[in-house]
Amino acid sequence: MRPAALAGGAAAVFVASITLGPLAIVALRAEIGAGLGPADLAAIRFTIWQALLSAVFSTLLAIPVARALARRRFWGRGALITLMGAPFIVPVIVAVFGILAVFGRNGIVNTAFAWLGLPPVSVYGLQGVVLAHVFFNLPLATRLILQGWLDIPSERFRLAASLNLSPRAMFRLLEWPMLREVVPGVMMLIFLICTTSFAVALTLGGGPAATTVELAIYQAFLLEFDLGRAAMLAGVQFALTGAAALVALVVAVPAAMGAGLDRRVERWDGLSLTSRLVDGIAVSLAAVFLIVPLVMIALSGAEGLTRLPPEVLGAAGRSLIVAVVAAALTLVLSVSIASAAQALKHRGGAARLIEMTGYLAIAASPLVIGTGLFLLVFPIVDPARIALVVTAVVNALMALPFALRAVMPALAAAEARYGRTADALGLRGWARMRWLILPRLRRPLGFAGGLTAALSMGDLGVVALFSPVDAATLPLQMYRLMGAFRMEDAAGAALLLLMLSLALFWVFDRGGRVNADA
Amino acid sequence: MLTLDNVEIRQGTYRLEADFSVTGPGLFAVIGPSGAGKSTLLAAIAGFIVPTAGRVFWDQRDLTDLPPGDRPLSVVFQDNNLFPHLDAQRNVALGLGSGRLSEAENQRIDEALARVGLVGKERRKPAALSGGEQGRVALARALVRDAPLVLLDEPFSALGPALKAEMLDLVDAVLVKAGKTVLFVTHDPEDARRMAPQTILVAEGMAHAPQPTRALLDDAPAALRDYLE
Repeated sequence: MRPAALAGGAAAVFVASITLGPLAIVALRAEIGAGLGPADLAAIRFTIWQALLSAVFSTLLAIPVARALARRRFWGRGALITLMGAPFIVPVIVAVFGILAVFGRNGIVNTAFAWLGLPPVSVYGLQGVVLAHVFFNLPLATRLILQGWLDIPSERFRLAASLNLSPRAMFRLLEWPMLREVVPGVMMLIFLICTTSFAVALTLGGGPAATTVELAIYQAFLLEFDLGRAAMLAGVQFALTGAAALVALVVAVPAAMGAGLDRRVERWDGLSLTSRLVDGIAVSLAAVFLIVPLVMIALSGAEGLTRLPPEVLGAAGRSLIVAVVAAALTLVLSVSIASAAQALKHRGGAARLIEMTGYLAIAASPLVIGTGLFLLVFPIVDPARIALVVTAVVNALMALPFALRAVMPALAAAEARYGRTADALGLRGWARMRWLILPRLRRPLGFAGGLTAALSMGDLGVVALFSPVDAATLPLQMYRLMGAFRMEDAAGAALLLLMLSLALFWVFDRGGRVNADA
Repeated sequence: MLTLDNVEIRQGTYRLEADFSVTGPGLFAVIGPSGAGKSTLLAAIAGFIVPTAGRVFWDQRDLTDLPPGDRPLSVVFQDNNLFPHLDAQRNVALGLGSGRLSEAENQRIDEALARVGLVGKERRKPAALSGGEQGRVALARALVRDAPLVLLDEPFSALGPALKAEMLDLVDAVLVKAGKTVLFVTHDPEDARRMAPQTILVAEGMAHAPQPTRALLDDAPAALRDYLE
């Protein structure tokens, strides 16, 4: 077991130094003397306010959708639930592009408004940021709350039916207690996600009224090149996410990746016309809200896709490499950390410490890590030259918590079932890895690799900070095209980016499933 | 010769003592009431449990501090003996170690699989084998591993009575004839009577030295009689 503990220790040290090292630099360089100006305070207020609104709207709107999905069986239900997992993989900037096609100045909604003689609505600012966050988090909230519904023991619904409980009594006795338990955690999770969402604020926010702390960091770098202020803001951002993460630890946050959502709650109420109508409307609206922007990406990008400019193709190649490197790194780190935690299980403290390191990235946002790394390398090399390496590493760390969530239980299960046989055969170190652990981890590793590759493919965060002039990733290139109002090229790039992200996820995930024996 | 020298195992309030030798080769049954510690005894011999006191020897060699994989023995558990992602041949090959296999080793594996009656099924994964066939793969592995001591912890208890008898006959024909000392846990005294000349009784916190099976079962001590009734 020594090699496992050693590799895991090395992985943990690597992760800790990449996450905490930049933080230390940020703390050293922060110009606290200058204090927080009115613009900084406005950024903090806006960050919290938009995250709060996003969390509340996403969760409240998810409740009727989850309820309908829990108790109805209809054509396309499975596909819709699968689609609810997609926002994890759809790149933020692509989704924003789709949202603009629907709600933007020349989008479907405003065209309809103009036709009706109504004044146009703007998708920029607070409403745009919240709208995009709801687009991403409504599906997440729906899946988590649906899990809550499916976790209510079916006996209770049978009991309720046999007692002929009224719908109100049923809600009060069965559903309300579940919601009271699940909803705060879901809100907290979404709040946490939205405090560190950079690309949405970059594309839909901005200006004094709609700048998040992360966007302010970015602007301090690129517009003002005020590194001290950027460092101070990074400190503020860390305090913000750290505090939110601490609260999330207290409120039980549900696991983000539930499985087995294809069941349906067997129940005997909700047969009335009104309740069918309500469920139908909830599901239809959610489906339209999610599907139309994606369809718009496909429609508007189809033409641009056939004649992509060379800089887009080059960026796509770079992004693919970054994505695969990030995925490989996440897999190595997660297996090392998980095996060490397993090997040191009898020494609880050490195992816990190694495992905790893997989750560090949750509290440190990519922009904060990026700021620290930038400050670290700035005196030595031009940060733009290492932008791609930094992007791959930071992407790997951001995906690590999800990977560990998938790998840890599978590894523990493999050891619990086959560990004795492996011990009896004297399988240790690499031999144990090769013959027992890796084959048993194929599915979770395929899933984690696919998730990491897709997230990395679409990431527009730290790479924007390092802003390499002629080594842009595809999301950055697309952002530049949008900024230059080359909308047709941007649409083509968006469709390409979407297809590559989905393809990467599919290839990895499929690789983990093919010929894998239960 | 397996020697348990003043071995004592404590787990909470549970306690098991063993102080005897087993002189092979041959088939030795391990019987006793459930919960008495038959599996615990085997786990201590195999190295999964470290005794709180005493030593375990094979011939003159002290095994007490060796990890399970380094002991001169093979174990077959009740379940999860085979890795489901590897075919029968590869599962057997793990008995020879985990590296690349030589031509001679491959031949030994094929011979072992033929010996347990699995010709033509070498490339099947466990899911494509019946319960009895999975047991045969585990026996083939014990055969190629070629350790002098084999511990069978009720590996056939999930099989029907006829199949179980067939498997025990196979153990006798393949492992005992090859000169192994085989300890097998069973909760069926008839298995012991039919197969094992000598039986180790585990009851009331004590694992007793092997004694002639027939005499033990015909003139059962109180601890065993309650269980046999």
